Amino acid sequence: MAADALIEIRDVTKRYGSGETAVHALRGVSLRVEAGEYVAVMGSSGSGKSTLMNILGCLDVPSRGEYWLDGSNVARLTEDQQALVRGRKIGFIFQSFNLIPRTTALANVELPLTYAHLRRTERRKRAARALALVGLSDRADHRPNELSGGQQQRVAIARALATGPRILLADEPTGNLDAHSTDEVLGMFDQLNADGRTVVVITHEHDVAARARRLIQVSDGRIVADEVTRR
Amino acid sequence: MTPRDLMGAALRGLSANKLRSLLTVLGVSIGVGAVIVLVAVGNGSGKAVQARLEAMGTNLLTVSTTGGGGGFARGQAGPSAQQYSLTLADAAALADDRLAPDVSAVAPVMTSSGTATSGDTSYTVNQVIGTTPEYMPATNTPVELGQSFTQQDVDTSQRVILLGQTAATELFTRPATAVGQTIKLGAVDFVVRGVLASKDSTGFSDPNATAIVPISTLRATQAGYGPLNQIVVQAADKDRVDTAQAEVTQLLTARHQVPTDQTSPFRIANSAQILQTSQDTAATFTALLATVAAISLVVGGIGVTNIMLVTVTERTREIGIRKALGARRRTILGQFLIEATLLSLIGGAVGVAVALIVTRFQLAGVQPVLVPSSIGLALGVSAAVGLFFGSMPAHRAAGLRPIDALRHE
Ligand SMILES: Nc1ncnc2c1ncn2[C@@H]1O[C@H](COP(=O)(O)OP(=O)(O)OP(=O)(O)O)[C@@H](O)[C@H]1O
Ligand SMILES: [Mg+2]
Repeated sequence: MAADALIEIRDVTKRYGSGETAVHALRGVSLRVEAGEYVAVMGSSGSGKSTLMNILGCLDVPSRGEYWLDGSNVARLTEDQQALVRGRKIGFIFQSFNLIPRTTALANVELPLTYAHLRRTERRKRAARALALVGLSDRADHRPNELSGGQQQRVAIARALATGPRILLADEPTGNLDAHSTDEVLGMFDQLNADGRTVVVITHEHDVAARARRLIQVSDGRIVADEVTRR
Repeated sequence: MTPRDLMGAALRGLSANKLRSLLTVLGVSIGVGAVIVLVAVGNGSGKAVQARLEAMGTNLLTVSTTGGGGGFARGQAGPSAQQYSLTLADAAALADDRLAPDVSAVAPVMTSSGTATSGDTSYTVNQVIGTTPEYMPATNTPVELGQSFTQQDVDTSQRVILLGQTAATELFTRPATAVGQTIKLGAVDFVVRGVLASKDSTGFSDPNATAIVPISTLRATQAGYGPLNQIVVQAADKDRVDTAQAEVTQLLTARHQVPTDQTSPFRIANSAQILQTSQDTAATFTALLATVAAISLVVGGIGVTNIMLVTVTERTREIGIRKALGARRRTILGQFLIEATLLSLIGGAVGVAVALIVTRFQLAGVQPVLVPSSIGLALGVSAAVGLFFGSMPAHRAAGLRPIDALRHE
């Protein structure tokens, strides 16, 4: 394999359940993403986009096929090493925010830094900086239920950015946002990609996909189109 | 994640649902407190019984007869009843060193009751004991004020009396003023020779509501010349109680010509035996209480498990998020284990504190005596319970794949 591929999956399938009721969410997907790319993934509902993203984020394992991340075979990594990959290399932004309830925005952003064994003062500093980046410094002490949907999404983005991951995976990050917030979030992604980070975004919206430089179309568990849209 | 971070996460988890945490702590503290208090009560009652019996003297034998003792009083003066009645001659024989070498002191006892009056004050003495001076040292009944009567007083039927604390207080208000005064017992005048030291109650009756007079005087003035109620025998030594008992049995059997095929009509109560029996009883009692308490401790532990199960289930999504953010299995496990252990330990500490306070007071008439090991045991068990019971749900949660935890509804 080429040394420069940051993400490479080969003939990955994902099947849920077994026998008659088995659902084939992915039916043999191969994909290479180089470091620094900005990729959008589109496809109809139920086509397998989230399943693919979860596998890329090491949150789920494929039924068959291989996943090489940054030169190592993910299936061969121990549980602790996988945790390390999730914590250090990948920033994951969920469609449904997934903030920890009853915990302040700052503490939420601090969490991955805690798991990365950073010192307390350093953690505070970085978390505050990440919050400032998404423009939420004044909401640092608010709990998720005291924030609007757009603000929660921005906290989730700050949390994904806090550790300075090389890869940013976002599953419909703007699905719950209005046009203005969407613009803000996409601006952030542009900035991050400009800084050299690899960004993969799932979306249903064409104008979101248009910000990426490569568009992948997924249909019924297969990649049906993969084209560079912008240089 | 440093231990401090783990502790912080655990504390935040616990404070997120204060009422639930509080109730769990309560369950554990009741368990721990119950163990300590109940063991202390059992221990205290054992100690109390032992102290009382030891005060009675452990080398004491009390001889009574089941066949004829008190025959006159019960109106059954048949020859067979008469045959086994204890007499002063029996007492004299038992006191003979050649016949019963392991017996050091013998006191014949007759009891009656009567109304004592001093001036206008009158008081019904439940137990008027007629005996000899040996009775006082043998039964551990020292004379506190004044002095005891002598063998000469017995020989000459002197009308002297020793009053128990209650009797002296009832008649003279201040026991110290009683010595030397004259009181009437029935129709007869007695001079108060002394006041007995106060005794702890060994049963339902007040052991201080007594009066002791020379046995000859009691027979002449109150009780008549019937059989003795009992003979108090003191063994020469604690270790010679059994041989003394054998000698007494043999001597009495011979003197009263009890047929060999008949069960002995004499009942000989041995205070060492009584002590042993009641110590065994106390130990059983303590074990029983400890079992009950241990059960409540286990119930408390199940409470912790239950809460941890609910907590973990409720927070499965949170666990998924934490894992997605890079938390390792042992970090998750650590957080929940610390939560469970904290619940148990806080409960344990509260239980110990409450138990320490409660055991300062008498419970059901018993002064509890703390058993230090029970505190350590209860605390240790409560921590172990937290770790053991908390680990099951925590293990389950920590083992989940991130996506499965995140999808949890
Ligand atoms: N845990 C699961 N168990 C069974 N089937 C599942 C599970 N997760 C997903 N699926 C199925 O796999 C298929 C792909 O699901 P996936 O979530 O990847 O779709 P998607 O492309 O993200 O859709 P959407 O745009 O609506 O989010 C769907 O048919 C879905 O029903
Ligand atoms: Mg999806």
